[in-house]
Amino acid sequence: MEPVLTSHVREPNGYTLEAYVARGGYEGLRKALGLTPARIIDMVKASGLRGRGGAGFPTGMKWQFVPKDSPKPKYLCCNADESEPGTFKDHVLMERNPHLLLEGCLIGCYAVGAKVAYIYIRGEFAHVQRVLEAEIESARAGGYLGRNIFGSGFDCEIYVHPGAGAYEAGEESALLESLEGKRAQPRLRPPFPAVVGLYGCPTVINNVETLASVPLILTRGPEWFAGLGPEKNGGPKLYCISGHVEKPGVYEAPMTVTLRELIYGYAGGIRGGRRLKAIIPGGSSTPVVLPDQLDAQASFDGLVKAGSMLGSAGVIVMDETTCMVWAAENLLHFYRHESCGKCTPCREGTDWLYKILRRIERGEGSMRDVDLLNDVAANIGGKTLCPFGDAAVAPVLSTIQLFRAEYEAHVREGRCTCPADWRAMG
Amino acid sequence: MSFHPEMHYESGQHVSQRELRPEGELFAFTPANRERLERVAAHYPPEHRRSAVIPALYIVQEQQGHITASAIRHVAEVIGCTPAEVDDVVTYYAMFFRQPVGQYVIQVCRTLSCALRGAERVTQEISKTLGVKVGETDPTGTFTLMEMECLGACDRAPVVMVNNEYWQECQSPEDAAQLLDRLKARGPAALTGCHLKVER
Repeated sequence: MEPVLTSHVREPNGYTLEAYVARGGYEGLRKALGLTPARIIDMVKASGLRGRGGAGFPTGMKWQFVPKDSPKPKYLCCNADESEPGTFKDHVLMERNPHLLLEGCLIGCYAVGAKVAYIYIRGEFAHVQRVLEAEIESARAGGYLGRNIFGSGFDCEIYVHPGAGAYEAGEESALLESLEGKRAQPRLRPPFPAVVGLYGCPTVINNVETLASVPLILTRGPEWFAGLGPEKNGGPKLYCISGHVEKPGVYEAPMTVTLRELIYGYAGGIRGGRRLKAIIPGGSSTPVVLPDQLDAQASFDGLVKAGSMLGSAGVIVMDETTCMVWAAENLLHFYRHESCGKCTPCREGTDWLYKILRRIERGEGSMRDVDLLNDVAANIGGKTLCPFGDAAVAPVLSTIQLFRAEYEAHVREGRCTCPADWRAMG
Repeated sequence: MSFHPEMHYESGQHVSQRELRPEGELFAFTPANRERLERVAAHYPPEHRRSAVIPALYIVQEQQGHITASAIRHVAEVIGCTPAEVDDVVTYYAMFFRQPVGQYVIQVCRTLSCALRGAERVTQEISKTLGVKVGETDPTGTFTLMEMECLGACDRAPVVMVNNEYWQECQSPEDAAQLLDRLKARGPAALTGCHLKVER
């Protein structure tokens, strides 16, 4: 498949407005402004576009939930928090193809009746924020954004709002809290953001890659989009491959692609010719799978069948030198640090999980500890306001399920049984 | 002193982890910074100025390096909310410095994709070279060593961010000590940045 999201990202000035317009950019917006909002939502629904942030929720349906008759202003928020470990696709899209995202935001605003879009970008991407802000200014100067766009009477502004280092801000209701100038903590739902969102107004929240897919649906048609991938998994998809591969990077493919093609084709195989041990296929919140799932289709539905999830398509590859207890400990250090503290099971539980994993990894654990991990995890998953709890237990539960012998060996031998020279041992 | 007369800190029942910000010198935005803040605040409806708290705190940090109690009060006054509401934000987000930091804050990504490619050893080398633990500043006040959770650039692992803004990609543990020398000599210009390789 010819890349469509990342086709020009390696050209020196491929990110500029001139280059974007020269390759047919903003034609999707022009077309959209000649259609009714309802027609655009129908097109997005027909394309089968599913949210690229992790949940895979149908975008057209999300847009339709926004009440048309509300007297309140409506908002569109682009989730550019990209904090899921192993994920870096939006980073590339925003820096090297910013106008595709801006065009998607404008079409989204028109479709749901919003006049303002906020791009909530993680604070660490200050260099990307600068690119976006400069390109918003060129788009305004070119008449693609601002008042009376293309003489259609449609006004729309896009602002970039920085976060300041919080994984939880990527959860949509926590993102709204953060955008309102508070701690990024999730809200109780219902009401859902489509009805009561930013400043209590109807709000749509979409991932960067999701919004960047929208102009393509307008220009090439929903049938083209749906036809790119397997049924209900249409459109182009960006995969982030990291860890023990020869060529880590962002690769674009339709969702017919398999994990094997991604790891051994696009990413050039395992570094140093070593053996593959385990794969996290969709960012750190998705369960670990074994090499026996290499031929699974890397689609929303294909990876569920393989016992995991597509999530944010952050494929983390671990070779035979990786200790799985260490990997789980590393990720629980992350979740323990990032737990927002609102729900007790998650706040206390992630800390307990980390401490237990740490003592097993150091060879100070007991056989009982392995079951204790399962028990604590069972009291976090499904018991929190947002999916963070489920995410945090995924690495623990899946590594125990697949590598229980490795946990037990740590306890039996009183040391890490799989040390590696790339770790800081001792 | 305890929040509750029956709850003695010494008894081991309840120990508040609340830390108070250092008071710092009397803080006020410079006129230019205040103007910058107002330009950002205009992005939000006037009744929701509180949305500009994070941008305001970044400007504080630019102006005086870290966030003090005095700065929190000033931000609250300028934004129109309570100091407690600002402190709530300061204590939550990882990129706000609540204590003085060195000239260069070395922020090494520690999460899985970077760790798989040697991030633990990068931190270890820097720690050894500077003679400081994670979270500490070296005696000359030049470097503060920090560990960050996933920075979102896992294809260039291990990545190091400097001062919340500059980046060094594919940092090997062997070169970590030299990185500090280069930073000292040439400043952020010595770093690789974090941009997709473009074909020329």
